[in-house]
Amino acid sequence: MNRRGIEPLSCAVAANLAPRGLRRSALLLALLGACASFGAAAQNVLIRNATVHTATAQGSLEHADVLVGNGVVRAVGKGLSAPAGAQVVEAEGRPLTPTLFGGITEIGLEEVSGEKSTVDQTVALGADTKEMTVRPEFDVTLAYNPDSVLIPVARIEGIGWTLLGVGTATGGSIVAGQGGVERLDGGPDPIGPRVLFVRLGKDGLGLSGSSRAAQWMILDQLIDEARGRIAPGHHAALLTPAGRSTLLKYLDGGGRIVFGVDRAADIRQLLRWSARHRLRIAIAGGGEAWRLAPQLAAAKVPVFVNPLSNLPSDFDQVGASMENAARLRASGVAVGFSEGGASHNARKVRQLAGNAVAAGLPWADGLAGLTRVPAEAFGVAGQVGAIAPGQRADLVLWSGDPLDVAQVALQVWMDGRAIEMRSRQTELRDRYLHGDTGLPRAYPAPAR
Amino acid sequence: MFRPLLAGCGLALLAGAVQAATPASASPASASRFTQDPYPSTYKAIAAGPVLLQHATVLTGAGQRLDDADVLLRDGKVVAVGRALEAPSDATRVDASGKWITPGIIDVHSHLGVYPSPGVGAHADGNEMTGPVTPNVWAEHSVWPQDPGFAAALAGGITSLQILPGSANLIGGRGVTLKNVPATSYQAMKFPAAPWGLKMACGENPKRVYGSRNTPPGTRMGNVAGYRAAFIDASEYLRKSAPKAAAPQKKRWWQSSAKPANGNGADSEKDTGGKRDLKLDTLAGAIKGDILVHIHCYRADEMTTMLDLAKEFGFKVSAFHHGVEAYKIADRLAAEGVCGALWADWWGFKMEAFDGIQENIAIVDRPANSCAIVHSDSEEGIQRLNQEAAKVIAHARLAGIDIAPERAIRWLTQNPAKALGIGERTGTLEPGKMGDVVVWNGNPFSVYAKAEQVYVDGARVYDRADPSRQPKSDFLLGQPATQTGGVR
Repeated sequence: MNRRGIEPLSCAVAANLAPRGLRRSALLLALLGACASFGAAAQNVLIRNATVHTATAQGSLEHADVLVGNGVVRAVGKGLSAPAGAQVVEAEGRPLTPTLFGGITEIGLEEVSGEKSTVDQTVALGADTKEMTVRPEFDVTLAYNPDSVLIPVARIEGIGWTLLGVGTATGGSIVAGQGGVERLDGGPDPIGPRVLFVRLGKDGLGLSGSSRAAQWMILDQLIDEARGRIAPGHHAALLTPAGRSTLLKYLDGGGRIVFGVDRAADIRQLLRWSARHRLRIAIAGGGEAWRLAPQLAAAKVPVFVNPLSNLPSDFDQVGASMENAARLRASGVAVGFSEGGASHNARKVRQLAGNAVAAGLPWADGLAGLTRVPAEAFGVAGQVGAIAPGQRADLVLWSGDPLDVAQVALQVWMDGRAIEMRSRQTELRDRYLHGDTGLPRAYPAPAR
Repeated sequence: MFRPLLAGCGLALLAGAVQAATPASASPASASRFTQDPYPSTYKAIAAGPVLLQHATVLTGAGQRLDDADVLLRDGKVVAVGRALEAPSDATRVDASGKWITPGIIDVHSHLGVYPSPGVGAHADGNEMTGPVTPNVWAEHSVWPQDPGFAAALAGGITSLQILPGSANLIGGRGVTLKNVPATSYQAMKFPAAPWGLKMACGENPKRVYGSRNTPPGTRMGNVAGYRAAFIDASEYLRKSAPKAAAPQKKRWWQSSAKPANGNGADSEKDTGGKRDLKLDTLAGAIKGDILVHIHCYRADEMTTMLDLAKEFGFKVSAFHHGVEAYKIADRLAAEGVCGALWADWWGFKMEAFDGIQENIAIVDRPANSCAIVHSDSEEGIQRLNQEAAKVIAHARLAGIDIAPERAIRWLTQNPAKALGIGERTGTLEPGKMGDVVVWNGNPFSVYAKAEQVYVDGARVYDRADPSRQPKSDFLLGQPATQTGGVR
């Protein structure tokens, strides 16, 4: 738990690091004040008088306390008393949530999207468009860079974890490979199980001989191979030994498969196909998912939508609607949020949830889409996505409604430690925030 | 005589210009050919009676906030803003208590219509990527008025917007300013007598697009050489086009009456400089200040290069667009009267966007005479520029910069209007301005804010509560996928 990047934050350090503006902020004064009066290395933290959004069946608790010890939540309730030496944070009624899910991203897999040398999210071993190579065993988490500047940028906005996604490219296949959940604490390794990604619909056309129909043909062929109905070495065989065993693991419900798909017709085929093979699937995108809401609910398929996708941006989502999330939820579908391709701006995921709420989704479901729903879908519900005893103390104290872009994260804790609310972006901001002092800004601030 | 019809758009001539926006072939005597418009606006405001919006919190867009205030619209104009206004007996009264009212939102950077939805190959009309210098192309000739994005933007309060060519080219072409009303032609949306924009682009895009083809430019220095070559041509063109000296040459007895050999004398209008050149027309119009220059530029150092380029050739930069590093030169931008049209939080998608910060707009807004603008460059973002501004306000507060709503609204109204040269006619709720108004369900700077009613020139063109005032693109008609079926 003592991972790089999350050094325990001494309260004095926090106060010093806070830029002048921050120190002026009345909101933070209370927090820093509370902080300053207690030991820097406190293992126990009591966050007092918060509006605790547990993201569990307990719902939201007003004027509640959360006690943290050894990096996990020890207790949630009213009038908790602080153990000796505990750091006490007065929340003054502000919202406290679990750290939020940042969506399916490539955080730590790409530093600058336009620079290939910094991007690791796809595998394409085949020769351009002519050759399909299928490597379900490809595990993108092995390329994860915990020193990415994207991580603090997302973290200080209350984004505590993400599902690393896998892209597709010509020379690869619609079976993209595996990702996994990373906590954005600066640690190197994923938590929870691997997740397999498959691309359907228009974005898979270039990998399926230019027809959506061939996507099912290819998937059936791969299943035949994984199940041994196509022998290794057979001219139709596409998989390596590792690929066969990887795929087999997912076929028996042993893992979650995320399908990127938007069109209702494709989703309908997906539901039939996955039922036939008894797969545990989730949908990412789901632009027209609302049109199959009852079927998705019956099949218990969680759907990760982008509620801002309300235009017929392509012929796979002519039926795109701002009300997608609300309609899905009304039918009983578990709804989560993800903006395709958003890594640098993963923090925007709050805006996705807020707009879904503005378009009719109940607020608690908006929060669930950033906490409980993804945690359960991707097998990490015992660790993140809820405030409950035994959960990791990955917490965010907000200036106000966490789903409203008008509010910000005031303090984030990872494993019970208050993180330094700094990123490369706050460094840049502070370098240019203040007036000219004669020396170029490249010199450290006190010198100027 | 030589001043074009549209000269001074955004200045004193405007009222007259509106009247004078009579069709087209505006006579060569009154308009420079650089800014003649053979594709003129046919926009007509939708007929509407007087409207009195009552008891709202009004952000005027000119920096004021008025509580429990009324807005009176008549004959397409804002007539009055204030408390307990009197209205004609035939006025439609709208109880806006608890609501907020702002000027119509203006997006200075949109590709609606030129990169419309659905984004199929046949619709990719925004970048003339056949050469790096294409000031001869006009974005309006690519605008598909049936882009469903226009109506979606209207539901987000957008009443005016500039449609720009893309950023593949050093000089991408002319942008056009539209009123956001449904129409079957772009001319019927065209903001009457608004000046054109000229789209230019710095940095990675042009050098990537052309460098990868092994044609210039392949570097940033190649970019600048490309701008300079184009403006040298334009300066020469302009010089040749200038009216001859006022004093008529005295005819000498030894001179024949034949035309001079160089052909310049053949020009009866004394301003053509020979064969007309569409590229140079546009650049000459920019140098003369009749076409407003909008430059896609991310890095601070490149923006300063472009400011020098502008001085070298005597044009003015109206706005830098995207400018993720604008905060590094905020004082200079304000001092030179250059707007920064910026995103709230987008960054990192390419190297020149690596230094983006969420306080960019707030820092650019800080100096005196600043002109900070929230822009979209996105069919999604344009629907909620208010939310983008809300993010800026929230993060600025965290950095110790408090920004009141009446100031922030200017990023979406007054400032973009200024950058588009339509600031004398829209962008604020001042008497005489166009009746471009949004009624919000509350404070617009929130994720929960919704435009409930949108007025353009005094007409209710969108109403969230009235399906008869919710326009829909032809494209969406008869699409089974849009039907709610049995779901809800």
